[in-house]
Amino acid sequence: MDLKNSTFWGYKRENGRIGVRNHVIVLPVDDLSNAAAEAVAHNIKGTLAIPHPYGRLQFGADLDLHFSTLIGTGCNPNVAAVVVICIEDGWAKKVADAIAATGKPVAYFGIEQHGDHDTIMRASKKAKEFVQWASELRREERPLKDLWVSTKCGESDTTSGCGANPTVGNAFDKLYPHKVTLAFGETTELTGGEHLVAARCANDEVRKKFQFMFDRYQAIIEKHKTSDLSDSQPTKGNIAGGLTTIEEKALGNIQKIGRKCKVDGVLDKHERPTGPGLWFIDSSSAAAEMVTLCAAAGYTVHFFPTGQGNVIGNPILPNIKICANPRTVRTMSEHVDVDVSGLLRKEMNPDQAGDALLECMFRTANGRLTAAEALGHREFVLTRLYESA
Amino acid sequence: MIHFVVHEEGDGVGVVVVEGVKAGQDLVGWIMEDDKEIKMTAKSDIPIGHKLALKDYKPGDTVIKYGVDIGKVVAPIARGEHTHVQNLKTKRW
Repeated sequence: MDLKNSTFWGYKRENGRIGVRNHVIVLPVDDLSNAAAEAVAHNIKGTLAIPHPYGRLQFGADLDLHFSTLIGTGCNPNVAAVVVICIEDGWAKKVADAIAATGKPVAYFGIEQHGDHDTIMRASKKAKEFVQWASELRREERPLKDLWVSTKCGESDTTSGCGANPTVGNAFDKLYPHKVTLAFGETTELTGGEHLVAARCANDEVRKKFQFMFDRYQAIIEKHKTSDLSDSQPTKGNIAGGLTTIEEKALGNIQKIGRKCKVDGVLDKHERPTGPGLWFIDSSSAAAEMVTLCAAAGYTVHFFPTGQGNVIGNPILPNIKICANPRTVRTMSEHVDVDVSGLLRKEMNPDQAGDALLECMFRTANGRLTAAEALGHREFVLTRLYESA
Repeated sequence: MIHFVVHEEGDGVGVVVVEGVKAGQDLVGWIMEDDKEIKMTAKSDIPIGHKLALKDYKPGDTVIKYGVDIGKVVAPIARGEHTHVQNLKTKRW
């Protein structure tokens, strides 16, 4: 597929970023605010509550990551406007102010001294105003470089490494020269292939930061591991699918960054890309945690290859599912956006598979709902660094 | 018809890509990088997605896939046999 002069249709946000969805979200800062947030989203059609279980008594770097993930989610260009709800005003304002720096409409509400009823009423009025405003925004034609594409695989099996992941790699290799902002991560899931990623780093500074992130995560595994993480990394599903060791899983995983892209930068979980190219995001390999971090980092389309059939979605980041396992394609077809099982029958080559994914990417960016969106998968999982106080 | 795929020449295992492979079945494999075909006989029933050994292994041997070390052999494996958690283990963690 010749991507020169390729365009997609997106929503231009106040800060110049381009979104491919137009969500008005109701964002609770803490677990206590989920009920009010969900009531507002129930009242006002077309808005979306993003409930989660955290936000109380976190401290230090863990609290900073909680805030940066919520703020990043609100700032994502797939979001048109945000209603923030918190048990009290102070942290509601902190999150709302940071999102408002993008220029998009934001309002915040604290529950204390009001109760749920009054909070829900006031927040619903604002949410109605926002959603009617957002419904009149129109897509405009934008160059490909305005798209940010992340990837993470899940419930992988051996077909991931020879089919679905190389398909993503082929697409990444085609997007990279066109200055698209790309991302991958899954730090522990590079174990056994970390030298291959290090060799792809653009320079020694990037390589040093990558090695630091990799070693830091290995230290966590070493500290808490019981035996060899079997049943967890690889997962039960991975093992059922034929993956035996973390090294084998990692080598399949790495196929997603293709053969030509360089790793241009390395980001900690709260850091954001500063330009086009391929970024490594230090992250858990748990699907929803990693995809939630991609959404918070500003990515607008996600490639999610699977073997055994991970069903994940995200509230604001469309997940395109790619699968090469013929049994999964047959038994779980409602979850699969791009069927590349032909690769394993020699009926399709990697170039054709990559093109099929890119075609789906453009259709998704232009507004077609992914399987996960249509099925209502909205997994939003905040990464925790340690216990609450 | 292709029954299993091998990433590259020199790999010691292949991946079964069809359902219902039975012990004794003659199989056709495709070495993807080199676009070559090879023939094997399955020595075990092997589920789709699971690996078969392309050579004999003894405990302590290293298994290569994608041209890279994917772990150590912990029980003897015969050519054509199912290779998984019962006879192959990580060298990390």
